[in-house]
Amino acid sequence: MSEWETVIGLEVHCELATKTKLFCGCRNAFGDEPNVNICPTCLGLPGSLPVLNEQAVEFAMRIGAALHCDIRPSVFARKNYFYPDQAKDYQISQYDLPLNAEGWLDLPDGFRVGVTRAHMEEDTGKLTHVGATGRINAALHALVDYNRSGVPLVEIVSEPDMRTSAQARAYAQELRGILVATGASDGRMEEGSMRVDANVSVRPVGSHEFGTRCEIKNLNSMRSLGRAIDYEVSRQIALIESGGVVTQETRHWDEAAGRTEALRSKEEANDYRYFPEPDLVPLAPDVAWRDRVRGSLGPMPADRRVALVTLLGGDPSPAEVDQINAVVELGLDGLVKAASDAGAPASLALVRAANEVAAQSDAGLRLDSGAFAALVTTEAGGKLSATQSKAVLSALLEQGGGDPAAVAKEMGFEAMGADSLAAVVDEVVAANPDEWARFLDGDDKLMGFFTGKVMEATAKKANGKDVAAELRGRRG
Amino acid sequence: MTTTAVALAAAVRSGGRSARDAIDEALAAVAADDDRFHSFLDVMTEEARAQAEAIDAAIAAGRDPGPLAGVPVALKDNLCTRGFATTCGSRILEGWRPPYDATVVEALRRAGAIALGKTNMDEFAMGSSTENSAFGPTRNPRCTEKVPGGSSGGSAAAVAAGFAPLALGSDTGGSIRQPAALCGVVGMKPTYGRVSRYGLVAFASSLDQIGPFATTVEDAAVLYDVIAGPDPMDSTSLPSVAEPARPGLNEGVEGLRIGLCRDLVEGCAADVVARVQEAADALAGAGAKVEEVSVPEFSYGLSAYYLIAPAEASSNLARYDGVRYGLRVDGDDVEAMNTSTRTAGFGAEVKRRIMLGTYALSAGYYDAYYAQAQRVRTLVMGAFDRAYESYDVLLGATAPTTAFDLGAKVDDPMAMYMNDVCTIPSNLSGHPAISVPFGTGQDGLPVGVQVLAPALGEALLFRVARVVEAHAP
Repeated sequence: MSEWETVIGLEVHCELATKTKLFCGCRNAFGDEPNVNICPTCLGLPGSLPVLNEQAVEFAMRIGAALHCDIRPSVFARKNYFYPDQAKDYQISQYDLPLNAEGWLDLPDGFRVGVTRAHMEEDTGKLTHVGATGRINAALHALVDYNRSGVPLVEIVSEPDMRTSAQARAYAQELRGILVATGASDGRMEEGSMRVDANVSVRPVGSHEFGTRCEIKNLNSMRSLGRAIDYEVSRQIALIESGGVVTQETRHWDEAAGRTEALRSKEEANDYRYFPEPDLVPLAPDVAWRDRVRGSLGPMPADRRVALVTLLGGDPSPAEVDQINAVVELGLDGLVKAASDAGAPASLALVRAANEVAAQSDAGLRLDSGAFAALVTTEAGGKLSATQSKAVLSALLEQGGGDPAAVAKEMGFEAMGADSLAAVVDEVVAANPDEWARFLDGDDKLMGFFTGKVMEATAKKANGKDVAAELRGRRG
Repeated sequence: MTTTAVALAAAVRSGGRSARDAIDEALAAVAADDDRFHSFLDVMTEEARAQAEAIDAAIAAGRDPGPLAGVPVALKDNLCTRGFATTCGSRILEGWRPPYDATVVEALRRAGAIALGKTNMDEFAMGSSTENSAFGPTRNPRCTEKVPGGSSGGSAAAVAAGFAPLALGSDTGGSIRQPAALCGVVGMKPTYGRVSRYGLVAFASSLDQIGPFATTVEDAAVLYDVIAGPDPMDSTSLPSVAEPARPGLNEGVEGLRIGLCRDLVEGCAADVVARVQEAADALAGAGAKVEEVSVPEFSYGLSAYYLIAPAEASSNLARYDGVRYGLRVDGDDVEAMNTSTRTAGFGAEVKRRIMLGTYALSAGYYDAYYAQAQRVRTLVMGAFDRAYESYDVLLGATAPTTAFDLGAKVDDPMAMYMNDVCTIPSNLSGHPAISVPFGTGQDGLPVGVQVLAPALGEALLFRVARVVEAHAP
């Protein structure tokens, strides 16, 4: 039995965060009531015409520049196919002359993935099948929401350079970070503003020819992406090893069942009859515009990871590397830098950002960095326990900022003064004379018992470290 | 209505005649006589009267309602009119009311013109006789046994019948000029991009252009001046401000170099050729230098056109799928519904061209058909450029014959397509051209002479056309 090598290429569709749609002035917004952001053009009404949104071009060029692509004169084309979510029954896309081509993306571990192209196109509307089961075949009728029709997309096509599902996930995550860093997209997979399709094939190790690939759709999370590729690789290997042949087809990932399923082959037989879109003129950004876009790019995730490593004093631990990756991917590195600039230890800021803030990353992006810095400084100074600090942080995230000291006070987390703590310890000792005697004789197991009693008596306001110090101090 | 648009607008603006009176006369004439011609599919009675009253009120208040104040204009039914049925002569759009006005319809209103109604046309502008309308043919007002030409046959007939001094049509392969010639009126196709296509229901996007019909060259120039100009809603609209055509209209042709294009008269009927020659002689008599010229590349135009136009149409007409508007014929699933709707909603010529175009764009055939046709198009453009190095304008026939009998060519698509042989080159090149009535054929029916000019040569084109008109027998 031979060894198999996996070959993966990804096609990522990302919705651009423009104010308006690609070819009309309708609002580009997620989550509105159905069919409110529509006009003759994005409904494809007879007589309507597309007018290219310059902001979308700018965003697409930013993506191209961030992916080290050659930004080229390009031409829009019509991709013809019938589908009810496609208002004109053709999609305006770019075909043989994409805006961005021949770039690359480096994964955090340094592995370089080629980017074939990153072209502009319009999104479709959204179909909802209404019927007994919600499945297409059993639907009684369908509803179409054209709010999404004409929303600008950039499709980023990678070279088939990835060899493991982990690499594919790392690519998608890094790409998401880049998209967010360019300001071109919010990269939200759960809202469909970033959608990933995976082309997967296998071949014997050592072979230079590609195996037959399958395209997997409906990958709605990074987790789905990894699981679907792993499943598909196993399926293809099992199929080949049992004497079968892989058929080139589009497969649908069923997250609940944990498997990919072939779509009807009829949907595969499309001839899209591409031809240049006669309603638009060629798009040829001049050198000045291209240079301006390249020059205006802020730091990319890779740059920001390096900056965090520097803040930590270099040589991060493996755990810190993971934390850095997570914080940068979520765009929370600004919080860490602010805390560090304010004098808080970068390592503690990183831990809080990578755990508590990351758990609510949307709120984290809105969190006032001054408040975060103050909190980490307070915790580092011992005035709040770790547990208390996390509780205060949670409150700060909820309200988008605030004065950590005031919040701590409201929550009753005022650090207890040494005198009042001593008084509580006196009471606890007096109430438990036998246990105290055994503790004084060196029974360390009772440390926890007395700490618990003190915390109980102070309603957890006491700092655990201070209690331990007081107890040990009395034993001498 | 026997008055010209210019005279009527002057009367209305000076208070000599009310817009309401003018529109009522036009509405009454249509009601009384259009049974014979079927030039209109629908008349905008209420809207037109309301607009006329608004114009009269403006004049009473001392405001200028615009250069076409109170002038009725007939609109081809592929121009979107807000809240008013726009069918393109097709069952598939029956009952659809656009939620917006075409840019040209807005321009007309700003100029004080009044939309009188929507005119009959070959379905989706595919045809040369208006017999492909789903709502029955239009008859030529000069002889009701004859076709008015097409596809803007309703607009040409409405002007020829005197229902309105002006009309708008669209010209993809000759659909303004050929019916103008057959009905004995002036019809003009502007430079591609000079008039906004926003709100013109697309047939072949890279060829379609809106243009005027009128009884005189001056009226056509005035209407052209109203509709020409840049439009941010149309990306293919030319950004420059349009040079007005009317001011230089009477500057004559003294010293102009005019090429009588053999390839635009060859194959035409002898009486048509004779009229073109007489027009050339008249121009020479008026001081132009007229020579014969041959542009053999024009002979490839028809073949290229009948690949490019259907290819674009096959894509443009995909949206009529029963999902969003117009006709829907239910089916068991969405594909069946699409198929049933399109089968029932489109006529034979539209289906023929959709199939042609789909084939021409298909994988494996694209290079041999669509791409090759685009290369021919480039060739035709280059040929025009060379001709215009030696000549200011070109002269030829508009249509190979005078109006033919209703039904004569309906079963022979190739014979019908041949009607466009003289008009197609200007669509392929995107250049302006005009048809001017010039006498009649042996059958006593009108003949049109065509003047062609280079891109943005409209002012020159109208100037030459004015001289042709002045010498018409």
